[in-house]
Amino acid sequence: MAIFASDGRPLPQPTPTTQPFFDAAKKRKLRLQRCPRDGFFYYPRSRCPKCLGDDWTWQDTNGLGEIYSYTVDRIAHDPAFRAFAPFAVALVELDCGPRMTARIADCEVSDLRVGLPVEAHYEDVDDITLVSFRPRTA
Amino acid sequence: MGKRAAAIVGLSEWAPQRVWDEPMFTLEAIAKLAAECLADAGMEKGELDGILTTSIPESPLFGPSAAAEYLGLRSNFNEVVDLGGATGAGMIWRAAAAIEVGACETALVALPMLPAPPPPEVTRARGPIQMPAYFGADAWGSPQGQFDIPSGLAAATPSFAMAATRYRELYGVEPETLAKVAVQERYNALANPKAIFRDRPITIQDVLDSRLLADPLKLLEAVMPCFGGGAVLLTTAERAKRCTHRPVFVSGFGEHLTHKNLAYAPDIIDTPIRAAAERAFKMAGARRDAIDLASMYDCYTITVLLTIEDAGFCKKGQGQDFIDEHDFRYDRGDWPLNTHGGQLGMGQAGFAGGLSHFTEMVLQIQGRAGKRQLPKCDLAYGNGTGGMLAEQVALILEGA
Repeated sequence: MAIFASDGRPLPQPTPTTQPFFDAAKKRKLRLQRCPRDGFFYYPRSRCPKCLGDDWTWQDTNGLGEIYSYTVDRIAHDPAFRAFAPFAVALVELDCGPRMTARIADCEVSDLRVGLPVEAHYEDVDDITLVSFRPRTA
Repeated sequence: MGKRAAAIVGLSEWAPQRVWDEPMFTLEAIAKLAAECLADAGMEKGELDGILTTSIPESPLFGPSAAAEYLGLRSNFNEVVDLGGATGAGMIWRAAAAIEVGACETALVALPMLPAPPPPEVTRARGPIQMPAYFGADAWGSPQGQFDIPSGLAAATPSFAMAATRYRELYGVEPETLAKVAVQERYNALANPKAIFRDRPITIQDVLDSRLLADPLKLLEAVMPCFGGGAVLLTTAERAKRCTHRPVFVSGFGEHLTHKNLAYAPDIIDTPIRAAAERAFKMAGARRDAIDLASMYDCYTITVLLTIEDAGFCKKGQGQDFIDEHDFRYDRGDWPLNTHGGQLGMGQAGFAGGLSHFTEMVLQIQGRAGKRQLPKCDLAYGNGTGGMLAEQVALILEGA
């Protein structure tokens, strides 16, 4: 069962395998696992999804990527997000390879587009830090 | 030619309803569908020796044994299939394969979606269908619960909307083109007495004016969740000769999946339909221009566009031209598509919605489609789409 934040949102519950990702996010780092053969992968898991090797290491990324696709959820298909609707949710393709599901912050709906350069953005919610993205500032 | 070892010989389909007047447990509904299928095919209950189920609420585990016991079967093939909207299609080919290798002779594919009678302590009024929160994907340890749901991506509509967004920005598709799919399917639904929208025609403008759900998808581009149920009965080619209706062979099939959540698809607009359809057409030895009917999963309009392309009816990026250039209506169309109205026009009764594409193919091939009957229908292509453009099953059905 999901646990919910004080603002109503469902929150991630890190596991022993995924905890380092959330620990790094708390320190404003986008840290992912990297397989020596196949490179970075996401989401965090016990083995590389390409070769099933378990000799990966955690490494910081530059946190940069671009919007692969997006939508604006007008009605909060998840009722837990009713207070946030309408909100933009996107798939972000990172420079280092993998794709992530993430909210897009600090962006007008009319500025959203496939290919928009974005950077990781961190939001502390209760005791956990969520990774979202926002248009690159530099 | 394709496979001719197993045939669909009977079916049952309940008209989807927003509110269901006679609550029934799933086991009771499977028994009713079984009786109706056997009667439709002209077969005896003692001949049924295979059962395929999805999760049964009264027995979340041990489902096939619960169903076999409830129906009083001596069952030789017992299977649980869990492929979302592609479950019905996945069940049909598994049943056909089981029959072909001799695991069983006759198998029932049954997919009811009904409200159960309320427990004694509950007095809640009857209402429309409610889906369980997150379909259980918020379980402890679930990747989706940690990495997708907290971003607000828990439901199908925003995921399919993201496919539509990327398609639109890469290839450009006019909203009117996607709306045409909903409008022409609705036209077909007007000729289907079981369709929930059988008496409500719509126009392109109606679709464009309907409420925005998740950019760019509008309300009339999305299915309406309903109660209902459907089932088909399969048996050997030999036994099928003695059944009431024209046997419909499962001539070819293909299944493919790579992901659960759209974020992790290799390419969100080049879908697993491609591999599933390619395998099905090859197995059937059928040419794409030889089919008399296409019956494509249509949870949203964009699903149909992607399916037309990935099933190989045109190249990637040309689906919009295909839709603009063809007419999908049962009576005046040059390329009949979802002649039952699709799920957009008929309503989506859980997994029976996905099955409706195949019951329609069977009815058309058997000449039992009533007002919407095609003048000629011997070979049909259909597919099921499960989850977020994830589970894909393609079937080629062919009349004996």
